[in-house]
Amino acid sequence: MKSYHLDHLDYLETEAIHIMREVASEFERPAILFSGGKDSICLLRLAEKSFRPSDIPMPFLNVATGHEFPELLEFRDRRAKELGAKLIVRTVDEALEKGIAVQAPGQISRNQLQIPVLLAAIEEYRFDACIGGARRDEEKARAKERFFSFRDSFGQWDPKNQRPEIWNLYNGRLNPDENMRVFPLSNWTEMDVWEYIKRENLEVPSIYFSHKRRCVRRSGQWVPNTDLMPAKPNEEVKEMIVRVRTIGDIISTGCVESPATTVDDIIAEIAAARVTERGSRADDKVSEAAMEDRKKAGYF
Amino acid sequence: MTASNHPIDLLRFNTCGSVDDGKSTLIGRLLYDSKSLMEDQIEALERSADITGGGQINLANLTDGLRAEREQGITIDVAYRYFATPRRKFIIADTPGHVQYTRNMVTGASTANLSIILIDARQGVIEQSRRHAIIASLLRIPHLVVAINKMDLVDWSHERFLEIQDQFEEFLPRLDIKDVKFIPVSALNGDNIVTASPHTPWYPGPTLLGHLETVHIASDWNLTNFRFPVQWVNRPNNPTDHSLHDFRGLSGQISGGVVKVGQKVMVLPSGFTSTVKQIWTINGPLEEAFSPQSVTLVLEHDLDISRGDVIVDASDLPGASNELQAKICWMAPRPLTEGRQFLLKHTTQTVKAVVTAIEDRINISTFDKETEVSELAMNDLGEVRIKTAKPLIYDGYATNRLTGSFILIEPGTNATVAAGMLLPPTEVARPEYKDFAI
Repeated sequence: MKSYHLDHLDYLETEAIHIMREVASEFERPAILFSGGKDSICLLRLAEKSFRPSDIPMPFLNVATGHEFPELLEFRDRRAKELGAKLIVRTVDEALEKGIAVQAPGQISRNQLQIPVLLAAIEEYRFDACIGGARRDEEKARAKERFFSFRDSFGQWDPKNQRPEIWNLYNGRLNPDENMRVFPLSNWTEMDVWEYIKRENLEVPSIYFSHKRRCVRRSGQWVPNTDLMPAKPNEEVKEMIVRVRTIGDIISTGCVESPATTVDDIIAEIAAARVTERGSRADDKVSEAAMEDRKKAGYF
Repeated sequence: MTASNHPIDLLRFNTCGSVDDGKSTLIGRLLYDSKSLMEDQIEALERSADITGGGQINLANLTDGLRAEREQGITIDVAYRYFATPRRKFIIADTPGHVQYTRNMVTGASTANLSIILIDARQGVIEQSRRHAIIASLLRIPHLVVAINKMDLVDWSHERFLEIQDQFEEFLPRLDIKDVKFIPVSALNGDNIVTASPHTPWYPGPTLLGHLETVHIASDWNLTNFRFPVQWVNRPNNPTDHSLHDFRGLSGQISGGVVKVGQKVMVLPSGFTSTVKQIWTINGPLEEAFSPQSVTLVLEHDLDISRGDVIVDASDLPGASNELQAKICWMAPRPLTEGRQFLLKHTTQTVKAVVTAIEDRINISTFDKETEVSELAMNDLGEVRIKTAKPLIYDGYATNRLTGSFILIEPGTNATVAAGMLLPPTEVARPEYKDFAI
């Protein structure tokens, strides 16, 4: 007798495909949030598996801060083109100009500023569901997130009033102006993502692999030294062999010293890692409740 | 965390317990002792220990993620945690035991292979413990672990352990749980969680983690009766590629059984029959596929099939009816009364439904069924009769978790107000068009 048994990646994959097809069936104007990062790369692969040989029946949306790694933007555009998908890009710069987003005095990171831009894009295109690559293992507030995360007409998340999700039955019903964020990778860990990238032989932006970069030491981590926020005279600058583990704004993304040049190297590195991936993101360190606050305000 | 070159199992379990049972501490301990925590998480723990804990690391802080919870000192929602050992990957659904949050417990338990019930050794079996056991039984979780916690506070008394085991076993015969394991632990100190305790020479083992790593997961998935609720019709309509022009695939997740190329199938409710021509995937066609794989089926005949239809083995038909009996867990603040209308979501279709009768309510203290019931309040479990606008194609929940379950949605608020488990069908599906044969 044959063994009809799914290993953990197969299980996570079928769960995610089921969710993506539910979104395609139950929503009128869904979109996939695609940044070019490793999690959204997996989302696109899952979209192919869900909908081929048909076209992927939803556009890709990217909210760009304007502070991205150039490698990421090149990859994002190319990948969308390869898949024959429509890519919609809305930028923080544009939103600042139009007054949709307003910078706080002295605020340099644009992470917060993505929120009004995302909400404006949802309104502009009347998206009723946005599929994102967030995982529950990333962060404590994420651990309580549903697959179908309901947002009110202000785009807000209310952790105390979430819909129970039972078996594989997802309730996607909305009233006008309400919105759903959907996270098919909820049950994936950082390791699962890389194992899937390996198994599916997926291309990832080059900055995930080790490369030479001038970095500056800031609040306990090495970040790229850029013209956006050049090193001050008292800050230590060094040329290093680094890679990024998670991608945010170029000014706040921590670079880790690493010799990893292949996906296998990265998997080995994660297996031995002693800090979580978000440990290299300065935006989460502001306060212990940083992510919770951003999510309530309408963050991804 | 472990890199593996070979497939590993995934075990999903949930923890249940009352507010002070030390559930969050237990999970914190599992993560901490299995070395699944990272330096920055430990750092954050230590930081909060300095501020609030008088220097003592509070393992519960690892899971009590939301600020509201930290302030109130209780867990208010289902939180999911992930860890791995070289033997297995684990998904924990950490569900609150607080009485008004039973709906979260049902949520966390609905996808679990195993359930851990925590009992405070000083208190023994309380109403919460019974409620959780009933829910685990109703949801047919195959394995149960009763972790008797805070054993250090009863001087590691073997007698006390046996006493609680007896209390629990007293009502066990009335439940549908075959596999129960009792383990004496102290989550706070780590006894019998990952490493064996020196205080329990009378307990032969295994530790909690040892049990989680080795328990034989009887397949949760029905591999006997082929069921395929159509989720999405896959029509490329590609004008340039002729091979795709006529492609008509039926995409979905197999909710039961195995499907093979050449198999004779029936589409319900219409009753059209056909054979499976191809099992399409992006990696190439498959000869066969099984539950819970997500695939795209191509049939020999171009039939009118849409979302909500169910493709089944032509010689093994499910039930079909618009009059249903089900056990439900009521999850909304406003009680359920007879005659109320809802939307019922079952597999891939949503239909109008009315609750025509409330048959009984389970008294969770005595396990007795109370008849003469006029309403079900939030967190009540009971049996109801439901009439739907369209027949459901279904199996009993005991046979198939996916084709035997549903949710009720309240029109207007769109809230999910009930989880339902269907009793076995009394009528087998009959094709709508009897004379139709290909």
